Amino acid sequence: MKRLLLAGVVLAASIAGSGPVWADPVEDTLEIDGMPIVTQTAAPEGHPFDEVYSGWLFRSAETRDLERDTFENPGMIAVEDGEAMWNTVMGSEGKSCASCHEDASVSMKGVGAHYPKWDADSGKPINVELQINKCLTEQMGAEPLPFNKNGQRELTAYIKHQSLGMPVELDLTEGDMQSWWDRGKDVYYTRTGQLNLACASCHETAMGKMIRADHLSQGQVNGFPTYRLKNGLTSLHQRFRGCIRDTRAEQPKAFSDDLMALETYVTWRGTGLSVETPSVRQ
Amino acid sequence: MASKPRIKVPKSASAGEVITIKTLISHEMESGQRKDKEGNPIPRRIINKFTCTFEGELVFECDLDPAISANPYFEFNAKVPASGTFEFTWLDDDGSVYTAEAPIEVK
Amino acid sequence: MQLTRRNVLGLTAGAAAFAIAGGRISPAMASAEEAEKMVMEFAGGAMPAEGKITLTAPEIAENGNTVPVSISVDSAMEGDDLVESVIIFADGNPSPAVATFHFTEMSGEALATTRMRLAKTQNVIAVAKMKDGSFYMDKKQVKVTIGGCGG
Repeated sequence: MKRLLLAGVVLAASIAGSGPVWADPVEDTLEIDGMPIVTQTAAPEGHPFDEVYSGWLFRSAETRDLERDTFENPGMIAVEDGEAMWNTVMGSEGKSCASCHEDASVSMKGVGAHYPKWDADSGKPINVELQINKCLTEQMGAEPLPFNKNGQRELTAYIKHQSLGMPVELDLTEGDMQSWWDRGKDVYYTRTGQLNLACASCHETAMGKMIRADHLSQGQVNGFPTYRLKNGLTSLHQRFRGCIRDTRAEQPKAFSDDLMALETYVTWRGTGLSVETPSVRQ
Repeated sequence: MASKPRIKVPKSASAGEVITIKTLISHEMESGQRKDKEGNPIPRRIINKFTCTFEGELVFECDLDPAISANPYFEFNAKVPASGTFEFTWLDDDGSVYTAEAPIEVK
Repeated sequence: MQLTRRNVLGLTAGAAAFAIAGGRISPAMASAEEAEKMVMEFAGGAMPAEGKITLTAPEIAENGNTVPVSISVDSAMEGDDLVESVIIFADGNPSPAVATFHFTEMSGEALATTRMRLAKTQNVIAVAKMKDGSFYMDKKQVKVTIGGCGG
């Protein structure tokens, strides 16, 4: 236990951040099957950074290489599973996703770059996972997919993959998106947990430094669901919850208002980066 | 195993050319070293053999141990003597056999 | 204690070792001696010579679950100049065996790439068995980082 406590102290100390920056993002360019991917771009107005960087630039050469080729990317297995699901009839209406939306490469192009969007019905932002559930329950006569189960990650990855290479851009003028952005910003900068960390502590103040053996990125979300070498296909809210657990705070529920606000805000922080779904990370 | 194996073989080659083949199959590769939440060992279940043949003739084979990562990936070369078909086989510990094939044309 | 980079590394390595011992994997790890014994068994009783075979693996692996490894053997892959098989060992895993590749003249070239699991920082060893009965080996140390927050 003593070692663990020491590790905690080191963690906090390294994040407090007067130490040297050990490793900045690498200089490298990404093409996926020949398609250019924007991994570095000028930040939108009002952004704390001048430049936004994809998490891809913070990974080792071997991990970066896995993402260059959709064949070698292990996350593409999940995308193919998602494609099978897209064409599978679900629910009492006898419909599949394809029954209405037909060819996903046409109908879903751009979705991954522009969600979360304003959902007037619920008066909240809606992400791809919740949009799938809305279709399932309102159009298809099916049960909603439980968080991270029954193919939710795979179908989400398939839909977002249709926007591979497109720049992330949210429309904050829709509905009340701006106030959810404001709330997400609050969540981002609020310190929580026994370690008293905010998202910003690691991904803004300490970006580029090492936390134990991990190279801290800007925490961009343009590649989710992402394939993590550690535990396979990982959804965004799973990752949010994992980060929050590591601050030793109570975890908010997936798709809760706080996390939907955070998704809205963090997605905006990656404005201009290409959709990389499924990205490959450590 | 949910999805079908993925294979990447060029569509054509010249006679005698050495080509690169890539394969990826979805599999947990349960090592037998892990325990479940109750502390009971999770039994080993891996792909234990991968074979690539061309028109029945052995090109490349691999015996896999539990140290191979989940979703086993292979990249290897093959000489293409003539037009024909590459056959791929994965053997699972549970007795399942997964297969795939890819034709190639010699121009 | 002054917080130098070395101190930080030492402490975090300790914490990582602790995390593993308390985690789900706790079988006895293979030793370098055991791996050496297996190499010699494969090579018919003697330590193979270096040369001919090249093992490529990252110096530092970001995650031990998926570590790319390639082997390449200098051979005409015809007649007697043929690589029959290449075996890969990892001397710090619960069991050293990783994979055995078998080649034929139809392979064209003796090279192969796969992805392996490494439980900790250790040596990866590849031994090639040639048709003429000779053996060659290469060895690389791969440092495995126990990082990766959250998830």
